[in-house]
Amino acid sequence: MNTLIFRTAAPLIVIVMLVFAVFVLLRGHNEPGGGFIAGLIAAAAIAVYGMSAGVPAVERALRLPPLSIAGVGILLAIASGLLSAVVAAPFLTGLWTFIHLGETEVALSTPMLFDFGVFLVVFGTVSAIFLALETAGEAG
Amino acid sequence: MAASPDISVAVLVAAPFIAALLAPLLCRVMGRYAAWVLALAPAAIFVFLVTLIPSVAAGEVVRARYDWAPAFGIDLSFAIDGLSIAFALTISGIGALIVLYSGAYLEGHPHLGRFLGFMLGFMGVMQGLVLADSLIALYAFWELTAVASFLLIGFDHSRMVARRAAFQALIVTSAGGLCLLLGALLLQQVTGQWDLGAMAGQGPTIAGSFLLLPICFLIFIAAFTKSAQVPFHFWLPNAMEAPTPVSAYLHSATMVQAGIYLLARLSPLLGGTPVWTTTLVIFGGATMVWGSIGALKQTDLKQMLAQSTIASLGVLVLLLGFGGETATIAAIVYFLAHALYKAGFFLIAGLIDHETGSRDITALGGLRDKMAASFIAAILAGVSMLGLPPALGYLAKEEMYGVPGPLQWLEIVALLAGNTALGALAIALVARPFMGPLIPTPKPPHEGPVAMLAGPLILGILGIAAAVLIGWTATQLIVPAATVLAGHPVDNHLGFRLDLADPAIWLSLATWALSALIYWRLDTVRTTLRRLDSLLGWTADTVFDLAMAGLLRLAHGFASTWQNGRLRFYLLVIFLGLAAALILPLVILGGLSWSLISPDLRPPEWGVFALAIIGLAAVVFAPNLLVGILALGVQGLAIALLYLLFGAPDLSFTQFMVETLSVVMFALVMIRLRLDTHERRTVPAALRDGGLALLCGGGVTAVLLAILAKPFDDRLGAFFAANAVPLAHGRNIVNVILVDFRGLDTLGEISVVLTAGIGVFILIATARRVLPTETTSLAKPRRTRRPRAAKPAPEAAP
Repeated sequence: MNTLIFRTAAPLIVIVMLVFAVFVLLRGHNEPGGGFIAGLIAAAAIAVYGMSAGVPAVERALRLPPLSIAGVGILLAIASGLLSAVVAAPFLTGLWTFIHLGETEVALSTPMLFDFGVFLVVFGTVSAIFLALETAGEAG
Repeated sequence: MAASPDISVAVLVAAPFIAALLAPLLCRVMGRYAAWVLALAPAAIFVFLVTLIPSVAAGEVVRARYDWAPAFGIDLSFAIDGLSIAFALTISGIGALIVLYSGAYLEGHPHLGRFLGFMLGFMGVMQGLVLADSLIALYAFWELTAVASFLLIGFDHSRMVARRAAFQALIVTSAGGLCLLLGALLLQQVTGQWDLGAMAGQGPTIAGSFLLLPICFLIFIAAFTKSAQVPFHFWLPNAMEAPTPVSAYLHSATMVQAGIYLLARLSPLLGGTPVWTTTLVIFGGATMVWGSIGALKQTDLKQMLAQSTIASLGVLVLLLGFGGETATIAAIVYFLAHALYKAGFFLIAGLIDHETGSRDITALGGLRDKMAASFIAAILAGVSMLGLPPALGYLAKEEMYGVPGPLQWLEIVALLAGNTALGALAIALVARPFMGPLIPTPKPPHEGPVAMLAGPLILGILGIAAAVLIGWTATQLIVPAATVLAGHPVDNHLGFRLDLADPAIWLSLATWALSALIYWRLDTVRTTLRRLDSLLGWTADTVFDLAMAGLLRLAHGFASTWQNGRLRFYLLVIFLGLAAALILPLVILGGLSWSLISPDLRPPEWGVFALAIIGLAAVVFAPNLLVGILALGVQGLAIALLYLLFGAPDLSFTQFMVETLSVVMFALVMIRLRLDTHERRTVPAALRDGGLALLCGGGVTAVLLAILAKPFDDRLGAFFAANAVPLAHGRNIVNVILVDFRGLDTLGEISVVLTAGIGVFILIATARRVLPTETTSLAKPRRTRRPRAAKPAPEAAP
């Protein structure tokens, strides 16, 4: 599996997959996509990278342990829910604001933050399992 | 009472807890003087309660109410009436003296601050218990007293016996606590009220309910475990492992009285029913006799006192069982008298132990000159315990003998026997350590410090004063309490009078004479009883040990049967459960539908369908696991294509990713962890697994067919379709549901994903440590096939 072709192509594939994951994450509210599926795509990218470059390289690239990334995701999701307390609305009430940049209108919202949280949890958890399995294989 | 009841009651309830929190700090700063300061808290509570006495005696009930769980209609409500103030006065009054005493008793102990904190904390929960009006609050405080008792009995935690005693007390009393919770819930079901005050007058409703028996028995178990009634009495003697102030406070005057309080509090509601009278009389009587016999067997001062406490608790239960005005008044007087003399005796026992180094009555004697003040205190307590005038104990005994009951003679004989035994003990407790020739003790005897003498002396004097001033005591304390207990106003007829026509006088004389007789032959009585005991061979304590050992064996057997470490077995159970959950409701409730849907498919759809079938067939006939996993992936991708063709792009998208990742993960697990790829099932195993798979698959199919047989209800779908854009600014309904409409569900799901991830991570990390040394193939599947759990939950992406 670890051929020269794969090793050469892998970084390109990884970059494309990660960009695609972000794209899927951001379009999710209006088109097919969302945090969950984006997390899976990004985790698959990590798996590809791990198979080609090895676990230490992935760990260096991620900077944070993947389970910590997942933990940050949970906290982000909870925090996005708590934001509604500012306007005395119930937990997890969606808040929206629209920013006009010339022609385009950018929507910012707490559900978007929440979806980022979902993305980070799925990405972190699945990556953690992959990396653990890879490491186990290398050790054994 | 300038402040509103809400505020003053809140301060009253919270004060002990605040003092408890301050205790360790104060002890560090002030050392031995900390106890003097801390005793101020219960003393202040006592004074405050005393100021309340006149208005409460006049029939006023001080009520306070705080929101607790308004959604369930449960409030934290308190009520101070005649009954609760009598108990609260003993708790705070004796509490102040005990705190003072403890400071000297444990002087220099490294954990004195912790001890005083526990004591004051216990005082707070005990006071909360007797002041609580809400049944739920009562239950909560009830359980907390068990926790406090656990901490205090096990205070000397380096000793095994202390730990065992603490554990035993916790198990027995908290089992009773759970019964109390159930009983309280049933009472609420019958009366529709959480507050005891609001239940008043509903006695006939409860007596007429079919729940009367369960309620009574649950309450009885709660009260009997807490108040050490036979057959749950065994924990109390063991609890004497606690430091003596704890025994004096928790295990004679207050905590063990919680059961009595509960019965007294509920007697206007439940009292008078046949089950109430019969049960309480039988168990109270048995406890009285058993405790008396037990007390006569002992030579250790604390054990004698503990056993006599059991007997006295039996007397109280007996009196509550009789019911009626006289018995009610007798119960209240006896409760007060007992609290005063028994706490006093315990404190004296602690003094003797502290100053001489021994508390065995056969190794003590002639201390009257060396410990004159203790001797006086012992006489004061002894007079009340023996029931001599002019002590409160005398009035209690007279009142007891005046109880007209249904079993006139039997009950008189029983009470006579119990009082006689307790009287003999009273003489022994005063005479043996203090009279006769001086016996050398481990420590040269000398008088104790003021802080330790104050308690027994004040309690002894109160026991006499309350009787001398019976006019005030009766109208201000006893009759108001008895009124609450009886549920209607009761007459006061307490007082010292000499009426030779009254049989009570003669019964009292008989009690004293028989007590003296038993005391005269105490050593013979003791050896005889002990010989009988050794014939019996077992005690309730051994039964408890057997029960606990049995429980552990059961738990171990259960765990090793179901958690046997074989993943195949777990999966078998899980899938059997799944099949049962799918099929049984359909079979039992009906709804099986065999009308097949006409397959109205276009050619591409037929193609994908065929692909799925081919994938399945490949799974079944795969030569090894790796091929099987890849084939499973083919089938999964075909399903994803079907989703796409039927207009569920989100679902299809997710299914693609999940299938891809699953195949990669399974392959990783197999290759990296060197699973045996050529493992073949035996024919019986293949039949079993295949049958189970067919059962599960058939079940899912049946459920789907049953759902399709019903008309499709699209109210939810219509709601989301109509509101996704206006309410949530999103056109992708699936995503809007996930992150907005049902955001809380998603939050729960991602928590599950993370938790599962952590679990898998730990399992792999453990396997990594274990695997290199492990050569058997048995352990591997168990550790490595778990990642299947990591397959992202499909419900997260509908």
